[in-house]
Amino acid sequence: MNPTLTLATAQRVLTQLRHDPRTIALMVLVPSVLMTMLRYVFDSAAVFSRIAPALLGFFPFLLMFLVTSITTLRERSSGTLERLLTTPMAKLDLLVGYALAFSLVAGLQVALAVAVSIWLGLDLTGAVWALVLVALLNALLGIALGLFASAFARTEFQVVQFMPIVVLPQLLVCGLFQPRAGMAEVLRWFSNAMPLSYAVESLQRVATSSTLNETYLRGALVLAGSTVAALGFAAATLPRRTA
Amino acid sequence: MVNSAVSCESLTIVRGGTTVLDGIDVDVRRAAVTGLLGPSGCGKTTLMRAIIGTQRITSGTVTVLDRPAGDPALRREIGYGSQQASVYDDLTVTQNIRYFASAVGAPKEDLDWVIDQVDLRDFADQLTGWLSGGQRSRVSLAVAMLGSPRLLVLDEPTVGLDPVLREDLWALFARLTEDGLTLLVSSHVMDEAERCDDLLLMRNGQVLTQDSPGALMHRTGTHTMDAAFLRLVSEAKESSV
Repeated sequence: MNPTLTLATAQRVLTQLRHDPRTIALMVLVPSVLMTMLRYVFDSAAVFSRIAPALLGFFPFLLMFLVTSITTLRERSSGTLERLLTTPMAKLDLLVGYALAFSLVAGLQVALAVAVSIWLGLDLTGAVWALVLVALLNALLGIALGLFASAFARTEFQVVQFMPIVVLPQLLVCGLFQPRAGMAEVLRWFSNAMPLSYAVESLQRVATSSTLNETYLRGALVLAGSTVAALGFAAATLPRRTA
Repeated sequence: MVNSAVSCESLTIVRGGTTVLDGIDVDVRRAAVTGLLGPSGCGKTTLMRAIIGTQRITSGTVTVLDRPAGDPALRREIGYGSQQASVYDDLTVTQNIRYFASAVGAPKEDLDWVIDQVDLRDFADQLTGWLSGGQRSRVSLAVAMLGSPRLLVLDEPTVGLDPVLREDLWALFARLTEDGLTLLVSSHVMDEAERCDDLLLMRNGQVLTQDSPGALMHRTGTHTMDAAFLRLVSEAKESSV
């Protein structure tokens, strides 16, 4: 890897986004709009406070997964991916460059969504920064898995189908709908293997306690570790030669 | 041939159950323009992708600048322009060129040089997506020339260009070979064949012949490349019966 090339890629992705203000607006605003809807779906600040922390992690995770996989899909279909793979640029330069650029957007997205949620009456016992940190790590994991999914896929059609496969099962077993302890045993194992489960525990801990214990820390570390692993797998699976 | 820039031996490529290249032998001379000609679907693009190392090979060997195709050391030596303009539509011409220049490690002077070579100075700050098809393919060509490659592989670079510009590009190709660059340029327009030093005529995944344009017309007793091509096709049919 070469930091100059990584940063050149990040800068290029951000320049592309700058030419597309509507996409930036959508990326930054959508989670806040969804949180606002959520608040009035329950129409109760107490219920909102219970559900919101987990979704402050989930919405950025989902959106960044989607945006990243679609963007890399475009990179593939425009032929620019193939062109870059014929240059000395390392695959990780490209992937980490993307991750860096989208992390900046995710930062804005998460900061705004957390601010809006607090303004809507989210009762947060723990520190705001701790909530923002884990929500941001969720977004980073979404980015990394989006890159992995599109590196793993062989066709554009496959890329889009990874969304329900990678994201939705994690949502079902993450403990939001049903405490993980109450799930059928097989699903509890599955849930134990999914990073989002630990993210939700971490977010719920911040919401209900002013001290950060090992549950919180474990969630953050699992997210960070899964992100690095997904980027590594993405670099390993992205083929320079295709059929 | 020891001195070839590219040499393929019994190269076979099967894609999705179809034999796209059928055990072909190819030699591309150094410091010359080799035209890769043949009808659409004859395997030109697949051969080019095998040479730049992005195509999976079924059997046979491809040697490029004395290394096996796809060798990491070749990534600094080969410039590739695919048939579709492989550039970012949501970047300006200059932004595209600057990014790819950093990817191949091209010096700053290259940026202005390539923009001038493809005559895009007036459009340098326009979004690439707003340009015409011919202009976009020139951006892609400019990118391929970045970083002083020793081999330039160009897939139909002159499609959609006006005759004046096409003339300019062929003159540029000839100039580049004087500096020792090897070019492999595909086209399905036979009248471009006369601008090449060597020709590689393909049909249905086979190489019909490899020769200079003059020798080819002399050998077939024809006066146009189209006629020479038809002649070769019918000869190939007769010999296979």
